[in-house]
Amino acid sequence: MYPSEYLYTKEHEWIRVEGDSGVLGITQFAQHELGDVVFVELPEVGQKFESHDEIGTIESVKAVAELYTPVSGEILEINEALIDDPAVLNDDPHTDGWLLRIQVANKEDLQELMSAEQYTQYVDEASD
Amino acid sequence: MAEEQQDRRTPKVSWRNPSLLFELSKPGRIGVELPPVGVEDASLEDLLPEEVRRGEVEGMPEVSEVDVLRHFSRLSRRNFAPDLGLYPLGSCTMKYNPRVNEELARLPGLAHSHPLQPESTVQGNLELCWALEQILIRLTGLERVSLQPAAGAQGEFAGILMAKAALNHRGEKRKYILIPDSAHGTNPASARFAGFDVKELLSNDRGTLDLADLEREMTEDVAALMLTVPNTLGVFENQILDIARIVHSKGGFLYCDGANFNAFVGKASPGAMGVDVLHMNLHKTFTTPHGGGGPGSGPVGVCSELVPFLPAPMVEKTAHGYRLDMDRPLSIGRVRTFNGQFGMLIRALAYILAMGGKGIRQVSENAVLNANYLRKALEGKYHLPYVSDSMHEVVFSDKNQAKHGVTTLDIAKRLMDYGFHPPTIYFPTIVSGALMIEPTETVAREDMDAFIEAMLAIAEEAETDPEMVRGAPYSTPVLRCDEARAARQPRLRWTPEAV
Repeated sequence: MYPSEYLYTKEHEWIRVEGDSGVLGITQFAQHELGDVVFVELPEVGQKFESHDEIGTIESVKAVAELYTPVSGEILEINEALIDDPAVLNDDPHTDGWLLRIQVANKEDLQELMSAEQYTQYVDEASD
Repeated sequence: MAEEQQDRRTPKVSWRNPSLLFELSKPGRIGVELPPVGVEDASLEDLLPEEVRRGEVEGMPEVSEVDVLRHFSRLSRRNFAPDLGLYPLGSCTMKYNPRVNEELARLPGLAHSHPLQPESTVQGNLELCWALEQILIRLTGLERVSLQPAAGAQGEFAGILMAKAALNHRGEKRKYILIPDSAHGTNPASARFAGFDVKELLSNDRGTLDLADLEREMTEDVAALMLTVPNTLGVFENQILDIARIVHSKGGFLYCDGANFNAFVGKASPGAMGVDVLHMNLHKTFTTPHGGGGPGSGPVGVCSELVPFLPAPMVEKTAHGYRLDMDRPLSIGRVRTFNGQFGMLIRALAYILAMGGKGIRQVSENAVLNANYLRKALEGKYHLPYVSDSMHEVVFSDKNQAKHGVTTLDIAKRLMDYGFHPPTIYFPTIVSGALMIEPTETVAREDMDAFIEAMLAIAEEAETDPEMVRGAPYSTPVLRCDEARAARQPRLRWTPEAV
């Protein structure tokens, strides 16, 4: 269920590293827990963050969740389509529902992250 | 056959009963006809420059006075209120507002007084504030109480500003505020507004603060710990004395979010627990109206170190009567115009005096008893994520019902069909699918029994007929809404085109 080429955070985000940058999104588990997403607030292209910084919010009918970046770096691109149609996040969180592309300034940030297998186990424990 | 019969029973002519005021509009109809005033008409164009003139508002309803009155009376009958039945919104405390409060707040001398009247003409008002402050000092065990904040969250904000001012006065610049994940959501907002960074502390298995986590995070860079007591799980922080010791040992302040004071008012003293600042919500503990029924009021009490920083003015008692003391050089200043929500102060004092000391103790006893009565009756059917003793509210989850595809939202919607306002749902966020129930002390056992019966019936329905529960409610003026669409494509204003 969770793509094996992605890395995962404890905050239920995934990152797909492509060279010097990474595409960030939220996991199937996260979208399911949130329920229908109604609003997505993303940072602006060019903004710089440290890893673990809050970079945006996702609002659903149930809750408002903060979005954290697992890596330090500059925002290179955001998924504009989500702003108009946040439902994409519910329908396809692992591909079309990507949130943003961020520069991966420090590869060491990635070492803290979980593999798909580790994340699956983490989610199983969390849902008990 | 049944359909045909139903059709015959439906009247052929129906009373004009549209849901929108706009639909009643008739060109040229007006509410009030004013008599001529005997001066020449002047056109607006001559009197005001164009940039301050508003254009015509399109589609403004043209209706008579009785149209307006009936419209709003009709809407009010579709509403639900504590005056109609059990309203067990956890964390909000929708308790009954005794009529004696209203009676006294409407005394002409109080109702018609003006905040700009000279002190000598409002001695009674000032005495009332003084008397309420003295009682709140006694109940909180703190040094002084400001009645000025206009709501609990503003009391919080004022409390944190005072802590900041006191630290500045000591010559200390501290950066952080610690807040547990079981705190009220306004706490981080108050801390951020006051210019601090927030560090979140995690709850332990009991649902209380983890002392080791606190020891680790409590440094000399931390201004205060903001602790909600009892917390949003309805659990009392039973290590409060140790918590206070740890916070004080690093020179920080212990802020207590006293929104849940109704769980222990008259029984335990925050001051004796080591609390330095505490705000109260008059509606939650002292039965002033709430949620559209009346403005908020959030008095904030402080320990002696913080007294100089209290908002100005404070009511002082002198040999020549009461006066408003503005001469407070270290004060954080005003947080509200005039002297706070005076009408709410009257109601709170009326309530406290009507209850008396013993009665106030009974408030918290009964609030706790009632929550535990509900907990006991429901815990077999509804999952209880934290088994620590409950205070004034109890938090269940939808874990048992989710197995049948019935979620917290469905349970809440179905409760409306049984004639109850649903409890608070999906809060606190540390419980997945939370159902947060707070009966308050103002319900009778029979009301709770009826609520329990409804909750048990819904648990049964979730097993036997989950599809039906997912479609609820069936008896309300508006049936199940598409909440996602309402939030994604909101129509915030009526427009003529939408007709």
